Amino acid sequence: MNNPHHLNPTSLKSRFTTRFLRALTKIRAQKPISSSSPTEIFRRYRRIKVAADKSMAYSVRSRRIWSRAMLWKLRSRSYRRQDPCSGRRSGKTNQAIMKKSSNENTTTRREDGVGFVEEADELRQLVPGGETMNLCNLLDETAHYIKCLTTQVQLFSPIGKG
Amino acid sequence: MSGRRSRSKQSSVSSITDDQITDLVSKLQHLIPELRRRRFDKVSTSKVLQETCNYIRSLHREVEDLSDRLSQLLASTDSDSDQAAIIRSLLMQ
Repeated sequence: MNNPHHLNPTSLKSRFTTRFLRALTKIRAQKPISSSSPTEIFRRYRRIKVAADKSMAYSVRSRRIWSRAMLWKLRSRSYRRQDPCSGRRSGKTNQAIMKKSSNENTTTRREDGVGFVEEADELRQLVPGGETMNLCNLLDETAHYIKCLTTQVQLFSPIGKG
Repeated sequence: MSGRRSRSKQSSVSSITDDQITDLVSKLQHLIPELRRRRFDKVSTSKVLQETCNYIRSLHREVEDLSDRLSQLLASTDSDSDQAAIIRSLLMQ
């Protein structure tokens, strides 16, 4: 059967699954008194969503601009929760990511006259780290990001049938 | 974008050619279910990017819905066996 995603489904998906399950087990173990109150359900939902994103980003690690951006975002969020004055550190890391991705190729605004600048900008908002990408990187990163997102969705699929 | 030959931009740094863009855009087109059926039609880059944005948003929403559903499921404290079954089926992927 053809794998349209051209990823090794075993290795990415299995790395992804392992991390996600580990995180889920931890979340499940945190049983508050009223585990079915709306607040608690919402909190758990956030934790699950973050776990899914973390699993995805850590499985790809720093091989991609989008995964680096996502990892930075996830880490700075947890730093911020512990220490609200960590803005300086976050700024520095952000510059490092931006430098790394915009060094290759020319700047982003060269696609003048070809009529899709707005759509490209919209896409940049959706792909992590997109604001720093030139068009070439954006298209390439988007393709990989979509493959990983579909893997992320598949992870939940046993629940979806319920 | 059909029939356009690659033209180099006027600077000394490496430039992005139109062909590169076309290739990347068509690669993207294949990933999007909406557009995969129209593989042999001419789909404009603008349309591909638009549909890509829509697709990414729908995937984000799907993950949010599934996370929410999972959270609800974990809230049901009646049977630990239900949860165990779900976790087990997740394991079997």
